[in-house]
Amino acid sequence: MSSTVIVSIKGLTRSFGDVRAVAGVDLDIYEGEFITLLGPSGSGKTTVLRMIAGFEKPDSGSIELAGKDVSQLPPYERDVNTVFQDYALFPHMNVISNIEYGLKVKGIAKQDCSSRALEALRQVRLEGYGERKPSQLSGGQRQRVALARALVNRPSVLLLDEPLGALDLKLREQMQIELKELQRAVGITFIFVTHDQEEALTMSDRIAVFNNGKIEQLGTPREIYENPISAFVSEFVGQTNKIMIEGSRINIRPELVSVSKSAPSGNRSLQGTLRDVIFVGATTRYLVDTHAGTVISVVPVADLRVGDAVTVSWDKEKEFLVH
Amino acid sequence: MLHSLPNFFHKNQRLRLIALLTTPVLWLVVAYLGALAMLLVTAFFTIDSFTGNVIQQFNLGNFHDMLTDAAYKNVVLRTLGIAISVTFICSVLAIPMAFYMAKIARPRSQKILVALVLTPLWASYLVKIYAWRTMLEPGNGVLDWLLGPIGINSPGFGGPAIIIGLSYLWLPYMILPIYAGLERLPNNLLDASGDLGAHNFYTFRKVILPLIFPSLVAGSMFTFSLSLGDYITAQIIGGKLQMLGNVVYQNFSINLPFAATIAMVPVSIMALYLYLVRRTGALASM
Repeated sequence: MSSTVIVSIKGLTRSFGDVRAVAGVDLDIYEGEFITLLGPSGSGKTTVLRMIAGFEKPDSGSIELAGKDVSQLPPYERDVNTVFQDYALFPHMNVISNIEYGLKVKGIAKQDCSSRALEALRQVRLEGYGERKPSQLSGGQRQRVALARALVNRPSVLLLDEPLGALDLKLREQMQIELKELQRAVGITFIFVTHDQEEALTMSDRIAVFNNGKIEQLGTPREIYENPISAFVSEFVGQTNKIMIEGSRINIRPELVSVSKSAPSGNRSLQGTLRDVIFVGATTRYLVDTHAGTVISVVPVADLRVGDAVTVSWDKEKEFLVH
Repeated sequence: MLHSLPNFFHKNQRLRLIALLTTPVLWLVVAYLGALAMLLVTAFFTIDSFTGNVIQQFNLGNFHDMLTDAAYKNVVLRTLGIAISVTFICSVLAIPMAFYMAKIARPRSQKILVALVLTPLWASYLVKIYAWRTMLEPGNGVLDWLLGPIGINSPGFGGPAIIIGLSYLWLPYMILPIYAGLERLPNNLLDASGDLGAHNFYTFRKVILPLIFPSLVAGSMFTFSLSLGDYITAQIIGGKLQMLGNVVYQNFSINLPFAATIAMVPVSIMALYLYLVRRTGALASM
């Protein structure tokens, strides 16, 4: 990751009918970084991606790619490639023809086309699948073909529109790591769109959290998680307890809350009753009923039984005050 | 007793199928295949030139006459030419029209456009062709009145008129399958093609056309076969020009076996066409 700005977005807006999908977005993206546009559906993240790709034209604002304003150019005149949500592989072509498509369009010699396509196929670990049709591949394999088809063009920026959304959990987690490693290996800037906060935290160098057509917060995964700038970010990214105390609402992460029968360990504490203990594999969740509502903790503690009178506590400095 | 019949059918699946399919199968075999078989058989009969009675004796005379007489060969080639032109014109008009309907128009106007494409099918065939007759009338027709001032004349009655008339008549049969095919074509394939650097025409050639090919074939089966068998349009706006259907129609009352022989020509051409289409594999994905 360098300090050269490769994509510079300024004052971007876009409406569909009465709906303001993108309501003024400014964002600088650096060469070689993995940046995630994270947000709930309808927050404008996909529209921003589609405007970078050229599938949508902005109402106002500019998109500079390597210093040149491309916001009015058609997709085929932009040095970016897209991996689509449902892959968008050409069903009438086999895997190799799909991958070669972008190279053939540019009039690259036949031999170079096939050698580069084979190289891309190896990169996504699909050697030997070149002759298959997309319909003969599994979801994960189609995903890899879509990736190879985009990467083979060596774009300066790769756009990924919820590419893992259709995969099952196991495969998704595996692909997250593979994608991240691939990105490091090829050194291309990745702009990744997702609504899955865990995915965003796992893969990104930086995350832009979208809400109502605007970027609510921009930062590293750690910054976003530990120092959320707004109630929305603190609730959307990661789990959080929402509690009313002394007339103000606060958010506190479950892993910062401890439960005990004896003295509290933090400077904020509440008395309550242990309602339930839920075992979820790697962690155990403790649900404590207090006068301020149910508080969840995931900090392990021994010898607690449902119905016990307990104290939940945490450090005041770690809580997020909702205004 | 009242309940026993449904129960009986419920228990006996085979009987249920028989009850369901008897009528359509009878219709297909007797009315459709039967008529076709009769046509085939009759084509090999001949006629007593003195009494005009059909002699039910197998001989190839009719086929010999048809294949050696240059006049019939011309009619076959002309009819084929007309059917191919009509199919070509319908495709060229239907693809952009269907593309607009399926991919560009808003959902509401999409429905209106489909209705508009269907409306001409509600009007009688004859009314539409007579309408074209007044349009094409040389000298005082609508076309001459409208385009005469800028130096374009009506083609008059004849081959071009038949092609115009038939293209007009069968266009909806081409638009609808292509529209359905384009509806099924995911938009993101078009996005993906553009994203990979393809201009619109390249996308059309490499992505859209191959994927709507089965729809194009479906449409062409209508326009091609309907044109091959038509004789009314030729009669009304064809001038002195004859198509295969006209020859069949003329011989129908005077030489039924020969009419049957001529009628075998469009049937054979269609069979050959379907065979060729089958070989492209387009039927499999229909």
